[in-house]
Amino acid sequence: MEEEFSDMSLQELAAPVNTVEEKWKLLPAFLKVKGLVKQHIDSFNYFINVEIKKIMKANEKITSDADPMWYLKYLNIYVGMPDVEESFNVTRPVSPHECRLRDMTYSAPITVDIEYTRGSQRIIRNALPIGRMPIMLRSSNCVLTGKTPMEFSKLNECPLDPGGYFIVKGQEKVILIQEQLSKNRIIVEQDRKGAVGASVTSSTHEKKSRTNMIVKQGRFYLKHNTLSEDAPIGIIFKAMGVESDQEIVQMIGTEEHVMSAFAPSLEECQKAQIFTQTQALKYIGNKVRRQRMWGGPKKTKMEEARELLASTILTHVPVKEFNFRAKCIYLAVMVRRVILAQGSHKVDDRDYYGNKRLELAGQLLSLLFEDLFKKFNSELKKIADQIIPKQRAAQFDVVKHMRQDQITNGMVNAISTGNWSLKRFKMDRQGVTQVLSRLSFISALGMMTRISSQFEKTRKVSGPRSLQPSQWGMLCPSDTPEGEACGLVKNLALMTHITTDMEDGPIIKLAFNLGVEDVNLLCGEELSYPSVFLVFLNGNILGVIRDHHKLVNTFRLMRRAGFINEFVSISTNLTDRCVYISSDGGRLCRPYIIVKKGQPAVKNKHIEELAQGYRNFEDFLHESLVEYLDVNEENDCSIALYEHMITKATTHLEIEPFTLLGVCAGLIPYPHHNQSPRNTYQCAMGKQAMGTIGYNQRNRIDTLMYLLAYPQKPMVKTKTIELIDFEKLPAGQNATVAVMSYSGYDIEDALVLNKASLDRGFGRCLVYKNAKCTLKRYTNQTFDKVMGPMLDAATRSPIWRHSILDADGICSPGERVENKQVLVNKSMPTVTQTPLEGTAPQAGQPQFRDVPITYKGSTDSYIEKVMISSNAEDSFLIKILLRQTRRPEIGDKFSSRHGQKGVCGLIVPQEDMPFCDSGICPDIIMNPHGYPSRMTVGKLIELLAGKAGVLDGRFHYGTAFGGSKVKDVCEDLIRYGYNYQGKDYVTSGITGEPLEAYIYFGPVYYQKLKHMVLDKMHARARGPRAVLTRQPTEGRSRDGGLRLGEMERDCLIGYGASMLLLERLMISSDAFEVDVCGQCGLLGYSGWCHYCKSSCHVSSLRIPYACKLLFQELQSMNIVPRLKLSRYNE
Amino acid sequence: MAAPMSNVDEIRKRVILSEFGVRNVHTTDYPGNYPGYDDAWSLQKFKKNFRIEVVHMDDTSMEFDMIGVDAALANAFRRILLAEVPTMAVEKVFVYNNTSIIQDEILAHRLGLIPIKADPRLFEYRNAGAEFRDEEGTEIDTIQLQLKVKCTRNPRATKESSDPRELYLNHMVYSKDMKWVPIGNQADVFADAQIGPVHDDILLAQLRPGQELDVVMHCVKGIGKDHAKFSPVATASYRLLPEITLLQTVEGEKAERLKRCFSPGVIELENRGGKQVAKVVNSRLDTCSREVLRHDDLKNLVKLGRVRDHFIFSVESTGILPPDVLVTEAISVLVAKCQKFLNELDSTEME
Repeated sequence: MEEEFSDMSLQELAAPVNTVEEKWKLLPAFLKVKGLVKQHIDSFNYFINVEIKKIMKANEKITSDADPMWYLKYLNIYVGMPDVEESFNVTRPVSPHECRLRDMTYSAPITVDIEYTRGSQRIIRNALPIGRMPIMLRSSNCVLTGKTPMEFSKLNECPLDPGGYFIVKGQEKVILIQEQLSKNRIIVEQDRKGAVGASVTSSTHEKKSRTNMIVKQGRFYLKHNTLSEDAPIGIIFKAMGVESDQEIVQMIGTEEHVMSAFAPSLEECQKAQIFTQTQALKYIGNKVRRQRMWGGPKKTKMEEARELLASTILTHVPVKEFNFRAKCIYLAVMVRRVILAQGSHKVDDRDYYGNKRLELAGQLLSLLFEDLFKKFNSELKKIADQIIPKQRAAQFDVVKHMRQDQITNGMVNAISTGNWSLKRFKMDRQGVTQVLSRLSFISALGMMTRISSQFEKTRKVSGPRSLQPSQWGMLCPSDTPEGEACGLVKNLALMTHITTDMEDGPIIKLAFNLGVEDVNLLCGEELSYPSVFLVFLNGNILGVIRDHHKLVNTFRLMRRAGFINEFVSISTNLTDRCVYISSDGGRLCRPYIIVKKGQPAVKNKHIEELAQGYRNFEDFLHESLVEYLDVNEENDCSIALYEHMITKATTHLEIEPFTLLGVCAGLIPYPHHNQSPRNTYQCAMGKQAMGTIGYNQRNRIDTLMYLLAYPQKPMVKTKTIELIDFEKLPAGQNATVAVMSYSGYDIEDALVLNKASLDRGFGRCLVYKNAKCTLKRYTNQTFDKVMGPMLDAATRSPIWRHSILDADGICSPGERVENKQVLVNKSMPTVTQTPLEGTAPQAGQPQFRDVPITYKGSTDSYIEKVMISSNAEDSFLIKILLRQTRRPEIGDKFSSRHGQKGVCGLIVPQEDMPFCDSGICPDIIMNPHGYPSRMTVGKLIELLAGKAGVLDGRFHYGTAFGGSKVKDVCEDLIRYGYNYQGKDYVTSGITGEPLEAYIYFGPVYYQKLKHMVLDKMHARARGPRAVLTRQPTEGRSRDGGLRLGEMERDCLIGYGASMLLLERLMISSDAFEVDVCGQCGLLGYSGWCHYCKSSCHVSSLRIPYACKLLFQELQSMNIVPRLKLSRYNE
Repeated sequence: MAAPMSNVDEIRKRVILSEFGVRNVHTTDYPGNYPGYDDAWSLQKFKKNFRIEVVHMDDTSMEFDMIGVDAALANAFRRILLAEVPTMAVEKVFVYNNTSIIQDEILAHRLGLIPIKADPRLFEYRNAGAEFRDEEGTEIDTIQLQLKVKCTRNPRATKESSDPRELYLNHMVYSKDMKWVPIGNQADVFADAQIGPVHDDILLAQLRPGQELDVVMHCVKGIGKDHAKFSPVATASYRLLPEITLLQTVEGEKAERLKRCFSPGVIELENRGGKQVAKVVNSRLDTCSREVLRHDDLKNLVKLGRVRDHFIFSVESTGILPPDVLVTEAISVLVAKCQKFLNELDSTEME
């Protein structure tokens, strides 16, 4: 650091750091190349272009036990462009929107080039399909990539839609980002008793295993699933060929305290009388858990133990021809770490984000595909084994047995159900995918940046849930759900990028060239020399380095110069005396401006060139003006937030502080003035706000879609709003708000709305629902039919239920549907099975049964459009889009952008509304009690800035940690003759006299939330009952009763209202007349006791049906409940 | 206005704008409330005090002063203007064909909000209530309008053009496309009334080639209470006349600052003996932003007040009727209400 400044003159040193104006402009440039969902797309692209070829390479050859000459070898594998099979072997490119509408899967064929033998011939076949791969939208193989907005609209696609999801069976599915502890890293931890241990989760393509190092009574043991007992570490060392105790100690460390800490472990070895490798292997071989053997030559216990040590324990450390050197050293380092951590409490932090990796769609899919591909190959092998021995006329041709459906269905089912179960890795995860929420544009975007943690939701722990300092800038500090998933579900910040796997060969080469001494060439003692640092690459020990400063600096220089990938990170850990180089996938990183000699590398001229379009973000990277840092490397740097904070030690400069927030929190104006939970609430609520979904919203036929009739851009916007195009797809309206008490119908956050505003279209929304039906063909040559409307005999006009049907039996667009009217008059054949052989085939015309699709809803709807098409199974598909227009009513939910939600409590005519001097009436009156306890100062400022913006005819910014200043905004208000505090003199509309207080008055952006009374209101007098218990059904959707629960019951008991209790719990619920025999106490039937065979003691009484059911169920399990009857007056 | 008022007079006649709130907001001059004042209402006194001065008037807006009435009465006029003066507006929309992007309900809503130029005084109210729902409108209560537009490609557009204005014909549907279809004798009666939308350039919908709108509208008479579309005004409101009193002579830099605290033209500087002295010129122009109260040294030098019985009314018509007619209509609505109330009183006395 010092020498960097030595060549600068005093003046240069004293010169102020120039502020780079508008460096935020780097952000749109960044988003242009990276995009908001680029991590998904990058990872998927990597999978279908690179990873899939690696998987094929790893499983390239199939041989058969039956014929040593027979083989099948994959030469290449490709994923094509999405298409749809029109008829046999005729395909046509398909657009995503067509898949959505026709309930199909947007997928492309996976084709392979193979070489195989048929008889004695060697045959090469190219482009053989083996299955279909669902294609991520906007990935390299999607039809949408590289299209202009005009072409997007031709494909019925929204150019602002981020992509990054799949369309499976017509549903949009997102594979959520999964957070995991990073693989192949040593983590030193304290268990609950305070004992220190180390653990490594190793993972390679073949195997996944977890190795633990524990300390028991001062001795070190290795704990592993495959070992039935913890193995002493000394024995493991010996089994791996390090027989001399001295060598072991040298590797671990020769410091006094280290040696004394390890001594008991050596003693134990001695006690067990194990001195040689053979003895040690025998010892371990006896402890190996028996595994199911699947064929293969029988191995001895020793061989088994050696195999285990080589391949299963610490899988990721490569062992070639049983050369255990690297593994021994790795183990020694683990022991050393534990020894050093003992007492000093220098344990690793599990929640530290440098220790986390994010798994993306590509990685998950590659796991799945590898599994399916292996299954596919083993199936082929099985078929070959079966068929080759049999002599056939035609020679065995494996191509005829390659079936596509296994891989196709495997992929489709996994994505559509979200169940990822891979036996190979003992992986069984549920809920990996979710349906993309299209409630609003923001909810869809928010879903694409969501990260779900593997941690159990039910556990009540604070560690993994709390905000980690290392999440700074990578994950949004505000956007997390409340309740059980709080802190476990997170969201990416605006500039976060997630790395993909990289080739490590060149990095190893470079490291060795930079002076790293290969670990395999060392005797072992060098590892613990105080003068050297260990060098790790992706968790494996590469070697040692004397001058780690030089290594790190040169490495970074090389990276900035573009000789190695920009996402490779290098960082020193001074406590562990290590240099970590990472090139693995799933690391979080974000770009920073490089600072050299106390001056940011990015200058105004660069930004100007960027604005003029001479430069793009990539250029900034290539010219080493900007670089990516991951969490670990961030810890190694000194990053200044603003230019004026740059000191001598500063290495990087933040591009823009507001990027530490995510997409959802970016919508909030002045979030830095709000109490933090309020921002979190808004993040949850922004996803429920209705507005616009995309430019193609009117072409979609979704199950549920909410749109706003007149959406508006917010008056107070943020940089984020501009970047994510929220302005173009807004969800809310600028309402003029008066903060005052009015009428008492505004307590508890209720809002008072102006009736005239509602008349003029404020908060008016459209609710779209769909009705669907398919017309199938059955196996017995019958098929579903749609019948025309049924005519009334007398009037010759359609009956009421069929009054909206067209002549073809499908409702016509524009019609108004009432409850229980028929939308599609479908009928189905009564017999759909093929008649069994032998029984007489049915004579004459098949019988049909009506199965109409009816409309259910308390309010009428209009038919927007009807679509008739066919789905993937070639049956007719009829989709009907239904529309409702709703105007706000009492009970509808609204919210501002500051976590301040409220329901409409009263709708007041305009003339009763207060008005200010210029004659303006508020749209919304909000109770001031909403402010003091919530401390949403941001909302107050939003109102001021909004008001000034309206007067000035421009939009103000409320960007986090910036935005228009209150002082400037107030000056604007004064200029237009308004009070500088935003408080206006207001006259009551009821009395006509002025109000005694000045009223805070101005526009605030309000969102209408999806919760509307119309969808919730419910009451029931009589109605359906459950079949089993004869009690009223539950829930609004089943027209259920309102439950009188335990607590209510307790109240009635306490009050002593026994008759009311009886009425509520029995008479109005499931009262039932039973005949009970007074003699035997059993239930009789119609006045007759079947047990006593008499009717003399039978009396009739009323009990709950559930009670009678209980008696009968008890009887069925041989418990006989008997009722004792007596007269109440005796 | 320089003459100081007595305390009671001030409470009776002025609303005071102080730093943290408004004082004396309520009318207190009830008979007997103040000893020594005769507050009994008399027509003579009212006639003497009451004045209406029209300040400004054009086709759509008007500003007038109503002086010498109580807030309740002024407010009544305001409320009636907003909600009870009838106009004609589209109430029923018969959609024969709508293949455009805009939904039927939204189109109907938009059509409803368009001001229709037709003198509501010449029409009757339609019968309300469920039993009359299916009743056809007649010439005395309904105006029929038609909107029939079809968008086509412009055959004369240049090939490489991407501008919809050049590519398509009729792709913007404006309110001028709403055509009046007279019913019965309406053609004769309203021959020179030019019934139709007030404004020609309200965008109703956008179309693309092949899309079509075929809509018939029935306009009926209604009041703003029922729906804001019937309101004859864009807004009608009033404010009280501001009154600014300088309690001391303000001069020099302070005067300059004082001047800047008010709207332009409220305070002017006067050269009095070589010194710039502030003087209230026209307090009517002030917007009551209370900016002076922020200046600690100035806030005690002025008194901000408003004259309690001087209402500066502003009526902005939607263009259906001129604002002066609206005000007279409002007055006659109030008169009719009073008359009705009197009749009710009489009839109860009869029983």
